[in-house]
Amino acid sequence: MAASSAAVHAAVADAHRQQWARVLATVARLTGDLDLAEECVQDAYGKALIAWAADGIPANPAAWLTTAARRLALDQLRRSATLQRKLPLLAGPDAGGWPDHGSGVWPDDRLRLLFTCCHPALAVEAQVALTLRLLCGLATAEVARGLLVSEATMAARITRAKKKIAAAGIPYRVPGPAHLPERIDAVCHVVYLLYTAGHTAAAGTDLTRPDLTERALDLARMLRLLLPGNTSVAGLLALILLTDARSDTRTGHQGRLQLMADQDRTRWDRAAITEGAALVREALRMRPPSRYALQAAIAAVHAESPSFEDTDWAEILALYDLLAARWPSPVVALNRAVAAGFAHGPSAGLAALDELATEPQLAQYPYLAAARADFHRRLGHHDDARLAYQEALILTGNRAERDYLTARITALP
Amino acid sequence: MGQYLVLIYEDEAGWQAGGPAVEAGLAAHQAFGEKHKDVLCGGQALQPTSTATSIRDGVVSDGPFVETKEVLGGYYLIEADDLDAALAIAKDVPAPFGGVEVRPVMTTG
Repeated sequence: MAASSAAVHAAVADAHRQQWARVLATVARLTGDLDLAEECVQDAYGKALIAWAADGIPANPAAWLTTAARRLALDQLRRSATLQRKLPLLAGPDAGGWPDHGSGVWPDDRLRLLFTCCHPALAVEAQVALTLRLLCGLATAEVARGLLVSEATMAARITRAKKKIAAAGIPYRVPGPAHLPERIDAVCHVVYLLYTAGHTAAAGTDLTRPDLTERALDLARMLRLLLPGNTSVAGLLALILLTDARSDTRTGHQGRLQLMADQDRTRWDRAAITEGAALVREALRMRPPSRYALQAAIAAVHAESPSFEDTDWAEILALYDLLAARWPSPVVALNRAVAAGFAHGPSAGLAALDELATEPQLAQYPYLAAARADFHRRLGHHDDARLAYQEALILTGNRAERDYLTARITALP
Repeated sequence: MGQYLVLIYEDEAGWQAGGPAVEAGLAAHQAFGEKHKDVLCGGQALQPTSTATSIRDGVVSDGPFVETKEVLGGYYLIEADDLDAALAIAKDVPAPFGGVEVRPVMTTG
């Protein structure tokens, strides 16, 4: 039964988005060779365009693609010297090219792929790039565009990382119980970095990069499905849902930045907020709460507040205190200082910000200057405010944020 | 199964100072060797870098190849299934005055 060309293209695109990771993860296990698996899965998607047009769209596209990619890998190996070593594994029903540690506990191969991509022996930038490339199926050019580096740089980064996986023997498996919590945190960190890279682009004309935020949400949902009892995962998904629920209102007319105080709360995504808030409650019940659970709890206070004026800043400040204890970082301290400014007045906020003035990690961080500018403006210190806004402007690469800061300077008397 | 070289980089002053920290370090190496004897293929401590001689382009000169605070002071050659297994063993390598680097040994054929 032939299918229409449009329907086939849609089905293949859909299978790429939904099933890429599942297919690649399985074929990688069967071949024991990430590069070969990736090439064959790519080819299988190409073959699907022709085969599905002729024979109809299969009921289980992932199974079709996995079988096709496995055959392609077998053909390749037949022609190469590695045949003797790998053929028995591929030929068996589901024998496993890589040693199959504990597959009964972790039946989904995507977790193995994710733990391999996010192995701490790889540089964090490489972990992020590999995750986008191998889990999300993005082309190298798309990964490069998303992370704001040249395609050549990204191609070299991905190649180097894959070589290290093969040469150093980074295993294709879910770590054992002793190392699982820290390794899950490493995976969560990569998804978090992806989301933040998309949430506020480091450069360019657009404030956000929805291609990255959507992928991060997909990955967080996948993690939640595969690791339902983990507090970091629950918190991470909650954080992304609650932050993303506000994404449509973060820019107004012509991509202009809208602060939370000015956002139209009726346009926030209520379904996402409800789902996120329920996850926060669950994540906070697990002790000790993960840093993501605490960040999500802060996002939930904002998301559930009927108006900016009604924001419970005392609660937010208390949550930041817990977060700073759990995750001491200058950026958390900065956000805590801002919350203190709203809870106890701009002078208190400035005092808290002054303590961070010599923090080297914040020296190039535009939000420190922007926060200082804002508190000075509230206190009527117009000259200090102007200087601080100008400092923030120098450090900001994103056009929407630059326009906002320029408007603030112009509005000063 | 592959081989990994665990390179021990430490501040030599620590070992030269002697005292209880050095005695504890020596005992820790002894204990490491016994605990992991099944996977150990080799390992030695090296004389200090003051005894090193370098050759570059045929020119012989006094001192180590690269001047750094933490220097190669010894190594273990181990067998492990994969990097995770190698790292688990390498974490047991005593390096009270520095740390270790794990390098897969290149296999041929």
